[in-house]
Amino acid sequence: MRVTLKIWRQPDAATAGAMHTYELDTVSPDMSFLEMLDVLNEQLNAAGEEPIAFDSDCREGICGMCGLMINGEPHGPEVTTTCQLHMRSFKDGDEITIEPWRSDAFPVVRDLCVDRGAFDRIIQSGGFISVNTGSAPEAHSIQVPKEAADRAFDAATCIGCGACVAACPNGSASLFMGAKITHLGELPQGQAERDNRVVSMVSQHDHEGFGGCTNIGECTAACPKEIPLDVISQMNRDLRKALQHGH
Amino acid sequence: MTDMPDTTTTSDPSYHVPAEGESDDAAGYYVPGEPIVDTKAPGGPIDERWSTRKFEARLVNPANRRKLSIIIVGTGLAGASAAATLGEAGYVVKSFCYQDSPRRAHSIAAQGGINAAKNYKEDGDSVHRLFYDTVKGGDYRSRESNVYRLAEVSTNIIDQCVAQGVPFAREYGGLLDNRSFGGVQVSRTFYARGQTGQQLLIGAYQALERQVQAGTVTTYTRHEMLELIVVDDGEGKKRARGIIARDMVTGAIETHLADVVVLASGGYGNVFYLSTNAMGSNVTASWRAHRKGAYMANPCYTQIHPTCIPVTGSHQSKLTLMSESLRNDGRIWVPKKKEDCDKDPRSIPEEDRDYYLERIYPSFGNLVPRDIASRAAKYQCDDGRGVGPEVDGVRRGVYLDFADAIARLGRDAIEEKYGNLFDMYARITGENPYEVPMRIYPAVHYVMGGLWVDYDLQSTIPGLFVTGEANFSDHGANRLGASALMQGLADGYFVLPHTIRDYLADGPFEKVAEDHPAVVEARESVQRRIEHYLTVNGTRSVDSYHRELGNIMWEYCGMERTEDGLKKAIDLIRTLRDDFHRNVKVLGSADSLNQSLEKAGRVADFLELGELMCIDALNRRESCGGHFRAESQTEDGEALRHDDLYAYVAAWEFTPEDAGESWATPMGTPVLHKEDLTYTAIEMKQRSYK
Ligand SMILES: Cc1cc2nc3c(=O)[nH]c(=O)nc-3n(C[C@H](O)[C@H](O)[C@H](O)COP(=O)(O)OP(=O)(O)OC[C@H]3O[C@@H](n4cnc5c(N)ncnc54)[C@H](O)[C@@H]3O)c2cc1C
Ligand code: SF4
Ligand code: FES
Repeated sequence: MRVTLKIWRQPDAATAGAMHTYELDTVSPDMSFLEMLDVLNEQLNAAGEEPIAFDSDCREGICGMCGLMINGEPHGPEVTTTCQLHMRSFKDGDEITIEPWRSDAFPVVRDLCVDRGAFDRIIQSGGFISVNTGSAPEAHSIQVPKEAADRAFDAATCIGCGACVAACPNGSASLFMGAKITHLGELPQGQAERDNRVVSMVSQHDHEGFGGCTNIGECTAACPKEIPLDVISQMNRDLRKALQHGH
Repeated sequence: MTDMPDTTTTSDPSYHVPAEGESDDAAGYYVPGEPIVDTKAPGGPIDERWSTRKFEARLVNPANRRKLSIIIVGTGLAGASAAATLGEAGYVVKSFCYQDSPRRAHSIAAQGGINAAKNYKEDGDSVHRLFYDTVKGGDYRSRESNVYRLAEVSTNIIDQCVAQGVPFAREYGGLLDNRSFGGVQVSRTFYARGQTGQQLLIGAYQALERQVQAGTVTTYTRHEMLELIVVDDGEGKKRARGIIARDMVTGAIETHLADVVVLASGGYGNVFYLSTNAMGSNVTASWRAHRKGAYMANPCYTQIHPTCIPVTGSHQSKLTLMSESLRNDGRIWVPKKKEDCDKDPRSIPEEDRDYYLERIYPSFGNLVPRDIASRAAKYQCDDGRGVGPEVDGVRRGVYLDFADAIARLGRDAIEEKYGNLFDMYARITGENPYEVPMRIYPAVHYVMGGLWVDYDLQSTIPGLFVTGEANFSDHGANRLGASALMQGLADGYFVLPHTIRDYLADGPFEKVAEDHPAVVEARESVQRRIEHYLTVNGTRSVDSYHRELGNIMWEYCGMERTEDGLKKAIDLIRTLRDDFHRNVKVLGSADSLNQSLEKAGRVADFLELGELMCIDALNRRESCGGHFRAESQTEDGEALRHDDLYAYVAAWEFTPEDAGESWATPMGTPVLHKEDLTYTAIEMKQRSYK
């Protein structure tokens, strides 16, 4: 297969970037999207041009490190991560534009890499259950109805990739946040800090410069883990309750 | 402990009497050294050793903890759990990872589950049985005190994780579910669909971030450790006192000093280029410590996982594991006739299929240990009965078929258990495994070898502790499924926090100045190396060297190893390494994000490690666990151990060659130190899965 690639290149956060065009004619449909970029990088290196920087680590769709805007869609045309996208989703002769996540809260580090440190800071603000090592009760003393366990699990599958933010016209991280709040809020262990958690996380989210949620739903559509939109309703309900409780 | 009558005999005093004319395959490749002993494990009954050690380990007064600093390299299960726990205890912790967030450490990718001796199923499990299975699974090449402790603390891990909100699978009654995993006959594996590693790591990561908020832990993301700082304490003792790290965004070379350093930097399976490890998994942190005096133990012990998605072509950048829990319900087969190999598998009648594992190993069948399943697959393919596309003239794949399981349990049940794995398979291969049998082939997955540590998890450099996959201690020559997660969390939550305090009780150590000669030396050696890679200005990319090294390792130091092959590999690696330093091409600059430069440093270290692995494999003329020497097998082709000769840990000391600049000293001839393995609580047996 042959493809034309239009790729965002930017030396660092302080320098302006621009789109560059590359042709690649040795693409196999069995290649992953990132393997296709590896092949391009080998060509660039051989020709004396610096390879394109992009993030990936597990290449199994689980670490959340990868993430590219592909033809305007986060992670491209399939419901999956960029690393799990394969070239069989494209046709011979396609033109493909590749950009980094675009969000004020995710500054570009170089080329296609962005800084998602804001997500860590949201978790720091309250995305945990406070239990010191060694102080846990016997596991079977906590029973969780399977339904609650399953819902918590579904929400807990978020990989922190940031596609939801990149997809959202407001640049909101509500899906990411709602996923954590639902995961911990569905479990008996998560009740004690439930009010605090939602208030702190939402306030950190706003502080980081993420936008507000206006229920557009682009986030869910782009989410590789199909985190459902109702985690945002859950978050809003929890927030209302917390405020009623005087937080 | 009464459920396992056959496990209490004393060790045979005849171990280690070298046989007449004992062959020394590695003669000339190494120098024999003094034996090494683990001085920290207390004696006495095995089930009391850990309590004794915890009691004997000195305490650190809470007020003093604020004055003691700890560097932890790695935020996987082993690193994040340690950072969180030590932060909670009140120490000053600095946590490093090369990814953009601690949550992305490679532990996240573990699928299948985590073992613990909870015996919730009342199926005869116990701490002793988990201990027994782990030592047996490791083919009697692990240290019994460590393994017993691992089994002992395993139950606490589950309690801790549940309390953190880890959503383990549950039954309808609301209690935790378990399954049997990887060749074990009890159900002791806790799991969270096929994403156990992710859920455990997120639990540890949240605990870590909670400590960041509390101000006890500082995280350094996109930071790569490139050198260990070892400083003489004035009393003739060289102690690990810090690291040199590169800020991967700005390129700044930073000096971080502390009272103690912990490496939790994961495994080095990427020396094979293709493996199931993450792209960035590397040996650099460990190798730099090795070069500074930490012994490397059993580096050749590699686990090759039988159930990975086969290679499709030369563009392949990594291999994807299909959790081996799939072997609980899937049946492995190849066509009996070569001419059937390119047919639609569904059209091949039952009588023309060879369910070779069920045939050769009737009692364990598809659940034989990983090394046996892997080698068996290789033999079928070598025999011309592999399936799937031909790569370099051979079909390298076998079927893993769920048709029977779907017929028996229904598609929904299979989907509930393995849905995400099936989806992943479909996405990568473009085939639907509910309809067509999966194709699988072995791939490098895990390394049992790693830095040598004593019972306290301390390396041969005082003040350098090593946890998780980066150390060698618990799995012997082979690791049971679902035991790496257990070990990482055991080390980080429950072992290291006790043992490290005994070391820290002597601190705070005298402050080290940034211009101390040892610090300057470490920093400059990093700068020189970086400059070197950027100025070689050769013609070959870093990846091309890495791929070539991987091919050599897979061919000669993979599933089956021979004396001739290993010697050949050592020559090839030496030549390749030499060429790398003269001819590698790394573009870009030192002071910005430069992924080629990052890779160059990692590949340079792999090129040295690869040689040591081959030397270690050459020395060990026996087959044990994941290490199969063709020269050491029974008449029916089974692995043959030699307890009289090799019941020891091979701990290798780095020696620099005289030639070369101080920042680029070439590898000299390594020194072999042997740690004898004696078993008091278990009897050594030749493994048999027939
Ligand atoms: C695909 C897959 C599936 C698996 N499934 C299972 C399973 O089901 N059950 C099981 O028990 N085990 C499983 N394993 C094995 C298990 O996941 C690993 O052995 C274990 O997670 C290793 O944990 P760790 O904390 O030691 O290291 P890792 O999780 O690998 O973490 C290494 C850390 O070190 C950091 N690091 C490395 N080098 C440097 C450096 N130079 N500078 C700074 N930071 C550095 C990294 O950033 C990372 O944070 C699986 C492994 C794979 C590959
Ligand atoms: S909610 Fe979905 S899109 Fe957003 S970070 Fe999590 S996995 Fe990514
Ligand atoms: S690289 Fe890990 S999710 Fe894509």
